[in-house]
Amino acid sequence: MAQPFVKKDDDRDDEGVLSISGIEKGAVLQEARVFNDPQLDARRCSQVITKLLYLLNQGETFTKVEATEVFFAVTKLFQSKDIGLRRMVYLIIKELSPSADEVIIVTSSLMKDMNSKTDMYRANAIRVLCRITDGTLLTQIERYLKQAIVDKNPVVASAALVSGIHLLQTTPEIVKRWSNEVQEAVQSRAALVQFHALALLHQIRQNDRLAVSKLVTSLTRGSIRSPLAQCLLIRYTSQVIRESGSNNQTGDRPFYDFLEGCLRHKSEMVIFEAARAITELNGVTSRELTPAITVLQLFLSSSKPVLRFAAVRTLNKVAMTHPMAVTNCNIDMESLISDQNRSIATLAITTLLKTGNESSVDRLMKQITNFMSDIADEFKIVVVEAIRSLCLKFPLKYRALMNFLSNILREEGGFDYKKAIVDSIVILIRDIPDAKESGLHHLCEFIEDCEFTYLSTQILHFLGIEGPKTSDPSKYIRYIYNRVHLENATVRASAVSTLAKFGAVVDSLKPRIFVLLRRCLFDSDDEVRDRATLYLNTLGGDGSIVETENDVKDFLFGSLDIPLVNLETSLKNYNLLTLTLFPRRLNLRTLTEKKATGKKTTGLGAPPSGPPSTADAYEGLLSSIPEFADFGKLFKSSAPVELTEAETEYAVNVVKHIFDRHVVFQYNCTNTIPEQLLENVTTFLAFEKPEGLPMVGKLSNTLKFIVKEVDPTTGEAEDDGVEDEYQLEDLEVVAADYVLKVGVSNFRNAWDSMGPDCERVDEYGLGPRESLSEAVNAVINLLGLQPCEGTEVVPPNSRSHTCLLSGVFIGNVKVLVRLSFGIDGPKEVAMKLSVKSEDATVSDAIHEIVASG
Amino acid sequence: IPLPISAFFFPRTLQRRRYYFIMSLPYTESCPSIKNILILDSEGKRMAIKYYSDDWPTNSAKEAFEKAVFTNTQKTNARIEEIAMFESNIVVYKFAQDLHFFVTGGEDENELILATVLQGFFDAVGILLRGNVDQKEALENLDLILLCLDEIVDGGIVLETDANVIAGKVASGSMDAGASLSEQTFTQAFASAKELTRSLLK
Repeated sequence: MAQPFVKKDDDRDDEGVLSISGIEKGAVLQEARVFNDPQLDARRCSQVITKLLYLLNQGETFTKVEATEVFFAVTKLFQSKDIGLRRMVYLIIKELSPSADEVIIVTSSLMKDMNSKTDMYRANAIRVLCRITDGTLLTQIERYLKQAIVDKNPVVASAALVSGIHLLQTTPEIVKRWSNEVQEAVQSRAALVQFHALALLHQIRQNDRLAVSKLVTSLTRGSIRSPLAQCLLIRYTSQVIRESGSNNQTGDRPFYDFLEGCLRHKSEMVIFEAARAITELNGVTSRELTPAITVLQLFLSSSKPVLRFAAVRTLNKVAMTHPMAVTNCNIDMESLISDQNRSIATLAITTLLKTGNESSVDRLMKQITNFMSDIADEFKIVVVEAIRSLCLKFPLKYRALMNFLSNILREEGGFDYKKAIVDSIVILIRDIPDAKESGLHHLCEFIEDCEFTYLSTQILHFLGIEGPKTSDPSKYIRYIYNRVHLENATVRASAVSTLAKFGAVVDSLKPRIFVLLRRCLFDSDDEVRDRATLYLNTLGGDGSIVETENDVKDFLFGSLDIPLVNLETSLKNYNLLTLTLFPRRLNLRTLTEKKATGKKTTGLGAPPSGPPSTADAYEGLLSSIPEFADFGKLFKSSAPVELTEAETEYAVNVVKHIFDRHVVFQYNCTNTIPEQLLENVTTFLAFEKPEGLPMVGKLSNTLKFIVKEVDPTTGEAEDDGVEDEYQLEDLEVVAADYVLKVGVSNFRNAWDSMGPDCERVDEYGLGPRESLSEAVNAVINLLGLQPCEGTEVVPPNSRSHTCLLSGVFIGNVKVLVRLSFGIDGPKEVAMKLSVKSEDATVSDAIHEIVASG
Repeated sequence: IPLPISAFFFPRTLQRRRYYFIMSLPYTESCPSIKNILILDSEGKRMAIKYYSDDWPTNSAKEAFEKAVFTNTQKTNARIEEIAMFESNIVVYKFAQDLHFFVTGGEDENELILATVLQGFFDAVGILLRGNVDQKEALENLDLILLCLDEIVDGGIVLETDANVIAGKVASGSMDAGASLSEQTFTQAFASAKELTRSLLK
């Protein structure tokens, strides 16, 4: 801390009043020895704890040993009867978050405090104990907690209830047994107890719609005192409304009256919660909306910024779906444009832009112009985006809006802001044909004085596409060629490309473009010169034979047919792993098995003399091939993947063999036509890959072969064959191919024994599914892992399921997966995927399987 | 017959889809929750902080958030509760001399609940510091402020919002508070605390 600490009272100097200046971990840890004194000095101990807390607060970390030492020393302080010290002890225990074996040390002291006569001790001891305890201890103290919930002291009751809310996440089965006590607490006269009890009761019952509905029904009749509890009730009511589906026959919503009634509550918090809940009802009608909008409108002119902000933010959202409902507030909203709080002003502006009609646009733009100069860039971006959508809504007003955009484009601003403006202009040019000429002109002006290379190149590229199509393309040439003189190499190079595009499309400009491009041949930068040369050559400017016009245009305007993302990732990998972009194809080995196809019986119905199918057999087969002999141990062979549809002339399947440093594909081709002799072939193709790492990708396959007719009578094949080609399906190598199914005997133990360092957790939506078990199986198949403890079976009618999987990833990395599935009403399945492995990259790879699958 | 194979190996693009409808309830069904409470000094350094959410897992993430919040609110003169949004969070704040108080909640949280928590915290600190809400006094009584934080929110759930009750809970146990509220009995202390709140709220 920078400030020198001034002591509270000079005469208390010797008592060592907390001195913060130059607090240092080592020294404080030394000081903590006073905890061990036989005669405890409570004041001094409190101060040391405060210093320790201060250090933790500043982000200082204690090593495991230090934390343990401090913790054990602190436990001695339970001997002191000093209330103040005890409070600090509670605080530090919570902050140190002791491990399970340490918790045992303080458990008895805390349990003693839980039964103390002092309410303050009881409340705090409950909170501390519940924070640090695990499930096993909870059963011991459960009785006390149940009592505490209905304790007459509200602080004790709240402490137990809030702890219950936290414990519900870890040990729901225990907390659910407290339902009766919690229900009693809901009726408490103490406001906060009611709030905490309601929150806990709802969480206990949240999966039971009927129970929630009953709870809401009984409470909306009015026994809630606390505004916070009332807010909760409003949330639960909206939930019930949402789940009970659309309006009933009379057209009225159940519980709507309750929400509307809350609009007249004395607490602003409740009024706002209710108003917001009404605006967010599904398919809310304007009749239902009106009272909510009215109270929000009142809030707009409140003296409290928070209230104005809350109201304008909600109205802003309403304006997206019901712009007409918000128009009444426009006058109040306009006065907010000059609000001191710029967040409020921005929200007001954007709301007005959404609700404004065509006639108000001009007036609004005038007001915004004054306002723009004194807000931060992030707000300006929001405004620019709102103006863009306004312009698309009222295309006739493009002139005013385009002018506004060009004005702000000229003003000071950061990159993101300028980019938002440029993007908006580009979109307007694209969607409003009338705006094209003026828009392009504004962009040209902008690049004359643009400090952002990225934006300059974007605009030049855009000019190259749009400029030649305008009525007078020649007027843009000046702006573009100026870039070649004045800018850095990147911009110069893209200006050259743009010039070439004009030359390619506008024949009348071609000779002049050639002159300009030739000048670029003397540029100092390689790229600029190269581009100029290339374009001169393509366009025929150097007198060479010109390619056909289409080719030129295709070359200049066509898009790259490889997704750029793929190219980028490949290049990154190339740098990272020195992986070749096209992995080295090692060798190809064909084993031909000649087969007499003369006899009809062996033809059509004959089972293919299939390749060996078990792993051992594969290993034997592969090791017998000299080329593969030194590939090491086979990690995994996939099941055969059919590359042809069933019942086609030639059946081709492929088996993927994964080695530590290689991938081998085994193609098995079977002929099913007796009249032709196609030598049954098994072909191997091997690729090299980085050791122990997965390599994924797609292979396209074509079967090329020579058909030889067979004389059905003799069974002899003719000598000359016809060359033919047969398109096969693509083969994908996915991360799941690098996963081996290996079960574990005790999943829980295995899971706990792996540290959290390499745990990766994420959530996925699986979209609508037939059933939960179908979804579970799909994910298991996708991951290629071994289900453990029979968790692959989903009990019928269950709405959630947890599935445990294990396996080994290439590189011999053990992987454990915990899948939690949940199904929502319309068969939407969501999944939480937790992966633990010995290597964080492997955990990520497992997530990638799901993310891309 | 060799099979001509054109092999293009491109790692597949990874797009992680996030859905929250099961794992975390929509706000409309959940309990109001506080993500953090901060007191920063006049330079934006930490006086006392408490995070209840995992949104900022590391100390540097926390510091970055504090820095962003501090710089962006620097210009305002938040004598009454002010409000802003940062990184999809709502931050309500109030300043007193060289101390800056912040309370953060999720973007769907009821702004007025956050403001109530801030007000409760701010006023309770005012009572405990006997109206001298500044850096020096706060440092001297850091233990009271930490206890105050502990009494207002527990694991993100609002425990109490009434400044008098919060201050009363802190003062009732604390020896230092007993000393700082001079030789008063607790009832007297509590009465004077109420008095102070009134004067502060004016």
